[in-house]
Amino acid sequence: MSREDVLVSADWAEKNIGTDGIVFLEVDEDTAAYDGGHLAGAVKINWTTELQDAVRRDIVDAEQFGALLSAKGVGNDDTVVLYGGNNNWFAAYAYWQFKLYGHADVKLLDGGRKKWELDGRPLTTDVVERTPTTYTAKPADTSIRAFRDEVVEAIGSKNLVDVRSPDEFSGKILAPAHLPQEQSQRPGHIPGAINIPWSKAANEDGTFKSDEDLAKLYGDEGFDGSRSTIAYCRIGERSSHTWVVLHELLGHGDVKNYDGSWTEYGSLIGVPIELGARS
Amino acid sequence: MCAAPDQSVSLPAGTDLSKETVLAGRVVAGGEPVGGAFVRLLDGTGEFTAEVVASASGDFRFFAAPGTWTLRALSRSGNGESVLTAEAPGLHQTQVSVA
Repeated sequence: MSREDVLVSADWAEKNIGTDGIVFLEVDEDTAAYDGGHLAGAVKINWTTELQDAVRRDIVDAEQFGALLSAKGVGNDDTVVLYGGNNNWFAAYAYWQFKLYGHADVKLLDGGRKKWELDGRPLTTDVVERTPTTYTAKPADTSIRAFRDEVVEAIGSKNLVDVRSPDEFSGKILAPAHLPQEQSQRPGHIPGAINIPWSKAANEDGTFKSDEDLAKLYGDEGFDGSRSTIAYCRIGERSSHTWVVLHELLGHGDVKNYDGSWTEYGSLIGVPIELGARS
Repeated sequence: MCAAPDQSVSLPAGTDLSKETVLAGRVVAGGEPVGGAFVRLLDGTGEFTAEVVASASGDFRFFAAPGTWTLRALSRSGNGESVLTAEAPGLHQTQVSVA
């Protein structure tokens, strides 16, 4: 992978709106953001109801993912360009799911909605309708998804990268600061985890930092490129952002996203937890 | 800097201000509210903590913890920042001017 295979610029996106075979999909944390204005022709995906199972706590399975994309009018051969608010957190989460289910050509709009809006580029509230397709998802590629048992086993052997804010890592707060702090599970982090907040990988306008800056950042923070890696956060969306950086942009081989993340780990009976800032 | 803006802050039902430290405010340019600005919460060391989009009336809020915080706003009208110190839980308000 190289940067050009993973990211498209806002300029590129604006020039390619309406091009056959390219589908723009918006995925936001604030699921109402799309309705206030979106890229022309872009289709909305609601991460809470469409990328997660409605009953079990899990992401959608391959069959559900295929049905979703069929209904949205996305074909297996389409180039999918994902973008969203909040520095592409949930667009990155969707990107990881597209990779998990084997979509051939998926990219992220660098900077997402934020850069697009700060640039003053056009948004529309026009209703978008696409003809349904028959999309077939591949079986989940679990080489990029970590589950709780392998996370516990990874303590002391793999890089565990906690991408939450320092206050969440230390146990001072339980959720990002724009959300109520109501969760009841234990605070802290997985023993031995290194804390490299996702935000360090992004510029203020939401674009990813350069490959050179990213390599230096992770090196300086104690990331060992010779080891396998599991990234986690609170619910798996910010760690998707870091998964994109480590696996897609920097090309590290064995990097998994632990989407159960702290809301699962911090609620498990008997697993070790460490408190306090990074030593 | 003006005094804390006179505004009603809408908080989620059940928010307990004896436990939660809420940082709230408004983004303004030339005294007029700026809607849709990107407001970034930076901790006492300048480290990014969270980001929200201000409402159409320029209002924003964060759930944080006692400490000294910087609120930095990015908008089409320009950028700006304001420092807010919360010594205890409760509602703490500020205004961020962009230019």
